[in-house]
Amino acid sequence: MGDTPQRSAHAGTGGTGVATSHEQPAGASARAAERFGNPGRPGGDLGGGGGLPRARAFGAERAFRGLTMAAGTTVLVIIAAIAIFLIAKAVPALRANTESFWTFEGWFPNDDPPKFGIGALAFGTVLSSLLALFMAVPVALGIALYLTHYAPRRLGNGLGFLIDLLAAVPSVVFGLWGRDYFAGPVADLSAWLHTYFGWIPIFGDGPYGSSILLGSVVLAIMVLPIVTSLSREVFRQTPTANEEAALALGATRWEMIRTAVLPYGRPGVIAAVMLGLGRALGETIALALTLGSTYAISFNILASGGNSIAANIANRFAEANDTGRGALIASGLVLFAITLIVNITARAIIYRRREFTESAA
Amino acid sequence: MAKRVEAANVTAYYGGFKAIENINLTVEPKTVTALIGPSGCGKSTFLRSINRMHEVLPGARVEGNLTIDGQDIYDRDVDVTAVRRMIGMVFQRPNPFPTMSIFENVVAGLRLNGVRRKSILEESAEKALRSANLWDEVKDRLGKPGAGLSGGQQQRLCIARTIAVEPQVVLMDEPCSALDPISTLAIEDLMFQLKDKFTIIIVTHNMQQAARVSDRTAFFSIEKTGDPGRLIEYDNTQKIFSNPAQKKTEDYITGRFG
Repeated sequence: MGDTPQRSAHAGTGGTGVATSHEQPAGASARAAERFGNPGRPGGDLGGGGGLPRARAFGAERAFRGLTMAAGTTVLVIIAAIAIFLIAKAVPALRANTESFWTFEGWFPNDDPPKFGIGALAFGTVLSSLLALFMAVPVALGIALYLTHYAPRRLGNGLGFLIDLLAAVPSVVFGLWGRDYFAGPVADLSAWLHTYFGWIPIFGDGPYGSSILLGSVVLAIMVLPIVTSLSREVFRQTPTANEEAALALGATRWEMIRTAVLPYGRPGVIAAVMLGLGRALGETIALALTLGSTYAISFNILASGGNSIAANIANRFAEANDTGRGALIASGLVLFAITLIVNITARAIIYRRREFTESAA
Repeated sequence: MAKRVEAANVTAYYGGFKAIENINLTVEPKTVTALIGPSGCGKSTFLRSINRMHEVLPGARVEGNLTIDGQDIYDRDVDVTAVRRMIGMVFQRPNPFPTMSIFENVVAGLRLNGVRRKSILEESAEKALRSANLWDEVKDRLGKPGAGLSGGQQQRLCIARTIAVEPQVVLMDEPCSALDPISTLAIEDLMFQLKDKFTIIIVTHNMQQAARVSDRTAFFSIEKTGDPGRLIEYDNTQKIFSNPAQKKTEDYITGRFG
């Protein structure tokens, strides 16, 4: 097959068939094969002494490669399209803003002249998310370790299933539950905290109710299943050889976890926490229902108030005019930037230890 | 430092499966004892019963009597972690902690024992690495990850980690089976040196290795799959390999097993 005269003529280079076929685009040789009624399969004349069989020009290999590449490209296209749309809508609103977008504490984009600032919203978003992680992560890691290293296998599987079920509850349910039932106990807790720990600035005076604390606790419950599930998978993957090495050195169960399990799972746990943070930062309806929707920066997490970017979008979108929508979209861009920074930070933390984690694989 | 290990009627189970039955043998201090036998004959199970690592697996348990210098290690009042500190173990595949540096790997056991002083840790690490014939190869890169070493170096690192806590007995479960011949030789040389200080028990599939390194050899075997492993013969290595008392032993070491 390597010296089929027609093939060489078609390629037009006068070289051997084997050499030219590599230089042809994938489609060309397939068309050529079709035209000359040659199936073009490698090994068609095995043993004929005609040289090595040609590489297959077009097949499942190339088709699959093309498909996966198309899938990968789609992500980039979608992200670019969203970014362009957001920026195009946000810029006019930002131009019209008569106050500083970064420092002004208030949100009146529908007024004339429009006045709005992202400061309080971004602050509330980050504060509530960090508080939620602060409460959820230790509990999640505790649950994950219990499920993987302490609980009997059947109990572990059952509990794990329940945790995953928690992740499937819609966030509006958490929000309503937080607002209608959980607000009372949290208000009592707030009063107690203020009475006994009031000297810590974050435990300020009331009125208690729809506070950052309430929002954070609800967020924490929502973040818990994600962090737990992922950490559980990470801890489960600790090599038995390393666990046994620690035990054989005379480690207790907890010492074994500290020596072998936690260091090995560190990058995975960081990734889990970051995913949890991502969910907390982007959580909309639960916070829209539990936060006080104010526009002031305050470290007092007990008093009614607080707001977040996503909750603000949900609360204000319906009433917004053109500038108002643009302003909300601009706040969405800021949220996007915060999420990006969080993810880059997480990558950096993992990357710094790559020498140790890569050799682990 | 080195102590006598005595097993009397040791039987071990995995759940309902009896893996070894009525093993009786005594290992003298400062000797190397090799456990040989076909796969599945229970020699690793027996080895793991000696430092109570067998019971780590769910459903696994040990019956009978195992003593170290007369002290029952399965006594109800004995702290299992103390047993494992006294009886170190080297595994089949090198298993350094992947997230730790070479130095941290060596001192991991000491840290578990509550040693905090940097000077003591450094001194012990150097001593252990020298004993494991690894010091010259790693002294300039103690901060690098232990998993970055070659397989043979990793195994010697694991040996260093084991002897750093100064155990009485060192158990080795096929320590050379994942290594090339040169690394194997390095570890065999090491065993010769280590028996000055420790009682060593090694499981091996390599009969030349058993003949080379051990003073005494125990041959384990099973009747057929599903039966518990039993100790067939236990004697001086020279006797086992030149003039075994049991027909089964002779068949195995001459390759006529089965």
